[in-house]
Amino acid sequence: MINRIVYRLGQHIDSILMSSILFTLLIGLFILYSASGESVGRVSAQLMNIVIAMSILWLVANVQPQFMERMALPLYLLGIMLLIGVALFGNISHGARRWLDLGIVKLQPSELMRIAVPMMLAWFFSQREASLRVTDFIIAFIILLLPVFFILKQPDLGTSLLVFVSGLFVIFLAGLSWRIIIGGAVAAGALMPIFWSMLHDYQRRRIRILIDPTQDPLGAGYHIIQSTIAQGSGGLTGKGWLNGTQSQLDFVPERTTDFIFSVFSEEFGMVGNVLLLLLFSLIIARGLYITSQAQSTFSRLLAGSITLTFFIYIFVNIGMVSGILPVVGVPLPLISYGGTSMVAILLGFGILMSIHTHKKLVASG
Amino acid sequence: MRRRAELKNYHHELQHFKLRLIVLGGIVLLGFGILIIRFYFLQITAYDHYHTLAENNRISVIPVAPTRGIITDRNGKTIAHNFFVYALEITPVKVEDLDKTIAQLSKLVEISSNDINRFKKLKASNHEFKSLPIRTQLNEVEAAKFAANRFRFPGVEIKSRLYRHYPNGKLGVHIAGYIGRINDNDISKLKKEGALSNYKGSDHIGKSGIEQFYEKKLHGKAGFKQVEINADGRAVRVLSSTAPVSGDNLTLSVDLKLQEIAERAFGERRGALVAIKPKTGEILALVSMPTFDPNLFVGGIDTANWRRLNESADKPMINRPLRGVYPPGSTFKPFVALAGLEAGKRMLPFHIKDPGYFILPNSTHHYRDWKVGGHGFVDIKRAITISCDTFFYGLAIELGIEKLSTFVRHFGFGKKTGIDIAGENSGLLPTPEWKMRRYKKPWYKGETVIIGIGQGYTLTTPLQLAYATAVLANRGTAMKPHLVTAITDVKTGETTPIKPVVTDQIALNESNLETVKTAMVDVTLPGGTASSVGRNAGYSIAAKTGTAQVIGIKQNEKYDEKNIAARHRDHALFIAYAPTDNPQIAIAAIVENGGHGGSAAGPIARQLMDYYLLGKLPPEPIEKKAPKVTEEATVEASTHD
Repeated sequence: MINRIVYRLGQHIDSILMSSILFTLLIGLFILYSASGESVGRVSAQLMNIVIAMSILWLVANVQPQFMERMALPLYLLGIMLLIGVALFGNISHGARRWLDLGIVKLQPSELMRIAVPMMLAWFFSQREASLRVTDFIIAFIILLLPVFFILKQPDLGTSLLVFVSGLFVIFLAGLSWRIIIGGAVAAGALMPIFWSMLHDYQRRRIRILIDPTQDPLGAGYHIIQSTIAQGSGGLTGKGWLNGTQSQLDFVPERTTDFIFSVFSEEFGMVGNVLLLLLFSLIIARGLYITSQAQSTFSRLLAGSITLTFFIYIFVNIGMVSGILPVVGVPLPLISYGGTSMVAILLGFGILMSIHTHKKLVASG
Repeated sequence: MRRRAELKNYHHELQHFKLRLIVLGGIVLLGFGILIIRFYFLQITAYDHYHTLAENNRISVIPVAPTRGIITDRNGKTIAHNFFVYALEITPVKVEDLDKTIAQLSKLVEISSNDINRFKKLKASNHEFKSLPIRTQLNEVEAAKFAANRFRFPGVEIKSRLYRHYPNGKLGVHIAGYIGRINDNDISKLKKEGALSNYKGSDHIGKSGIEQFYEKKLHGKAGFKQVEINADGRAVRVLSSTAPVSGDNLTLSVDLKLQEIAERAFGERRGALVAIKPKTGEILALVSMPTFDPNLFVGGIDTANWRRLNESADKPMINRPLRGVYPPGSTFKPFVALAGLEAGKRMLPFHIKDPGYFILPNSTHHYRDWKVGGHGFVDIKRAITISCDTFFYGLAIELGIEKLSTFVRHFGFGKKTGIDIAGENSGLLPTPEWKMRRYKKPWYKGETVIIGIGQGYTLTTPLQLAYATAVLANRGTAMKPHLVTAITDVKTGETTPIKPVVTDQIALNESNLETVKTAMVDVTLPGGTASSVGRNAGYSIAAKTGTAQVIGIKQNEKYDEKNIAARHRDHALFIAYAPTDNPQIAIAAIVENGGHGGSAAGPIARQLMDYYLLGKLPPEPIEKKAPKVTEEATVEASTHD
C-alpha cells in the first residue's frame, strides 16, 4: 500500500534529475546560511520557497505534455495581456514597472513569459512541422520579440534577455537555416559601429562602465570590483564556510541573491566552483538527454529550450559575478535566494520530467 | 510511399535536431570552459593580488591615543591631569546642513555663540571627515537628552574623551603651560622629528611651558588596534591590539601654595617673580602676572577669548620670568660690588665722599646720584645698603666694561639659564664688540658708568636675576634652574629623580662674599632701602632693591593718556635670599610700573619667605597689606634710587 503511494508520487519524477537538483538546493541552503550572516530565518524562508516550488514541479510533472501543448497559446495571450496591463497600470518599484497588483496577489508577468514564450514557440513550430518556410521563422520572431519588447520597456534587461534567449533556442532547434544564423550574426556585427555612433555620450559611458567596471569604482563598478576581490581572494580551496571576509563584512552586495556565487566562490575556492559547475553540468546533461528522447516536436523544442535557458542563467550569473559579463539582474538558479526564480526554475524541470515520464511506449510511427 | 517519405523526412529531421542539440551541448561546455578559465585567472593567477586587496579591505589599523602624564607640584598637588568628559562632536562631511543641525542641537543642549565660533574655527583648519567638538563637558542630563534624539542627527555623536584639565585654573599657568589642538605647524614639526605616527590618535600637543618642553615624556606611546571593518567602515571586531604606553608623570619643584601666595600678593599688579632653592636650582615659584585660564585652550580657544588674551595691553600670555626683559637697576649693584672686590678694588675701609654726582675726567657731564646732595662718606657696604649711585659710577669706570661684563656673566647675566621651559630670553650684557656688531658704533666710557648701576644697555629677565641671586646665596656655586625634579614611569612605577646640575663654579673670596652679604642684610635693617621688608622677620634676609626705567614691554596706543602715564612709571625690582647663614630661598621680584623696589616688590618676597621658611601664611586680604607708593618712592624723582 505504502509502496503504491510512493510509486504514485514518484511515478513522474526523474530520479537522476531530481537527486542532482536536491543536492544543488542543499548546497544553496548552506551557502545562503553563510551569505545571510547565519540567518536561520532567511534559510527557513528559502526552504519554504523550495517546498512551494517543489509542489509545483510535482504537479507539472504529472500533467500530460499534450495538455501543455493545448495551454501554450492561451498562456501566451494571457501573458501579453498582463504585460500590457503592467505597462499601463503596474506598480513602480526601484524605478521599474514590473508588478501588477491584482488586489489579492501581485503578479510579475515577465516571469510567466519565461515559460510561456518557449511553450508558445514550440507549439507554433509543432503546428508547422511538415513544411517550414522562411515566413514561419519571421512569425516566430514576432511572437518572440513582442513580449521581449514589453519586458525591456519595464525596464528589465535581465529577464528580457533570458526570455529572448529561451525563444531563440526554440527557433534554433526548430531548424533555422545556418545561413540565416551566420548572416544574422555578421549583420549584427556590422551594424554595431553604426549603432555605437548613434548613441549619446552618456549612453556610451554607461556601456563602457558596463564593460569595464573599474572606470567607476565607487558607483556601478563597486559591486563587481568587490565581487571579483571576493572570488580572487578565495584562492584554490577557499576561506572555508562562514569565513569569507569579503562577504561576511558586507563588501559583497546583494550577496544572498544575484551575487551569492561570490560568497560561494570566496568560501570554497576554485575547487568548489568546479565541483558546482560539474553538478550543473550533470543537470544540463540529463536535460539534454531528456530532450533527445522526447517524442513530439513540441516536447523536444520545449525541453531543449528549458535546459539551455538553465545553462544561460548559470553562465550569465557567474559571468557577471566574475566580471566577464556586464551586470544584469540574473539570479543563480537553485542557489540564489528568491521564490519567483525558484518556482520558475523548478517549474521548468517539472515540464522536463513530464515530457520524460509520459512517453508512449508505442514506437514512433 | 508518401508515408515512407514522411518517415524518412522525420528521421532526417530528428538527425538534424540531434546535431543541433550536440552543437548546443558544445556551447554549454565552451561556456563552462570560459568560466573555469576565469576562475583560474581570479583564484590562482591573481590570487595574491586579490588576497591583498581583501585584507586591505577588511583590516584597518586604528591608533589608540596614550594617556598623557600627570603633572604635580613638589607636595603632590595636581597641576595638570586628565578626566573623561562627554563631548558632542560633529563630522562636517556627514552633515548636510551644518547650520540647521547646530540650530536643532542647541534646542537639546546649550550651545553658546562662543561654542559655534570655536567650532567654525576648528572646522576651517581641519579635514572635513574629522570629528570635531561643538560642545564639550556635557553633563549627564545633556548627554542623555542627546542620546535619546541621536537618530535625528546623522553625523553627530557623543564621544567620551580624555580631556586635559588644569584644576588650579589661572594659578601658575606659565609653569605647566597648556596643551592645544594639533595644528599644521605641529604636524610638520612632528613629521620632521619622525614622530607623526605616534600622534595619529592624539588631538592635542603641548603648546607652552612644561607641557611643551616635556612633550615627549608626557605624551607617551600610541597603541594600535587592528580591527576588522565592514563596508561601512564600522569596526566589527578587534583582531589584535597593542596597548598604548601612558606618558610619564612629572613632579615639579614648584610649591603651589607658595605660588598662590605670590600671585595673590601681586593682586591686580603686573609683574614677575621667581623663587629658587639656591643649593639645587629648583624653582619654587614662577610667577607671571596677570595670568589666564589654560583650560580655555584645551578644547580649542574661541575667537573672543583669544582676542581678549592676545590683544590685552597686560600681555597675560607672555611668560614674564623668562621672556620679560628689564634693566636690573640697582639690583645689579651687589654683583658690581663683588666684581670690584674680587679685582682688589674698593676693599674696606676704602671710601668716597659722595657729592651727589659723578664726573668723568675731562668731561663736564654730571652723572647724578638719586639723592640730591649725595650720601656723604660711603664705603662699599654702605654703598649697597643705601644704594649709592656715585660709588658704583666710579667703580664701573675703574673696572672697565670688559672686566665687569666678564665677571658678572658668571652669574648668568646675558645668557640663557637653561631652565626646562622653552622660549627663554638671554637678556643682554653689553660689551664693546656687541655694540659694534649691533650699532656699528664704538663704546663710550659714559655707557660703562651707567652700567655700574644696572642701567644702559643691560637687560635681564626675572629668572636671570633670581638665578644670579641664588648663585650669590650659594657662594658662587651656580645650579641650573629647573622645574622637573622627578619623572615617573606610570607602567613600572619607577621614579627617576632629576639630579641638580652645577653650571658654574665661581672662585670667590670668602671675605668679599661676606662683605657683600652683610651689606645686603643691612638693606633690610633700619637705615637700609628695604628696612620694612626685614622688620620682625625672625630670620636674616639679604636683599637689594632696584628701580628700572620702563622700556621692556611695548606700550599699547589704545590706552588713554592717564593710563599710558601709569604705564610709564618705573618698574620696582627686588632681590633677596634667606636665611643668610644657610640660604633656602632666593627670590627676584618685579612689579611693573610699581615704583620703588623696597616698597612694591619687597613685601611680596617677604610673604614668600615667611611661608617657605616659617610656614606662616600672609594675613587676609593680602591686597590691603601690600603698601602702595610710599614716601621712599617719592624720592625717586631722579632716575635712580
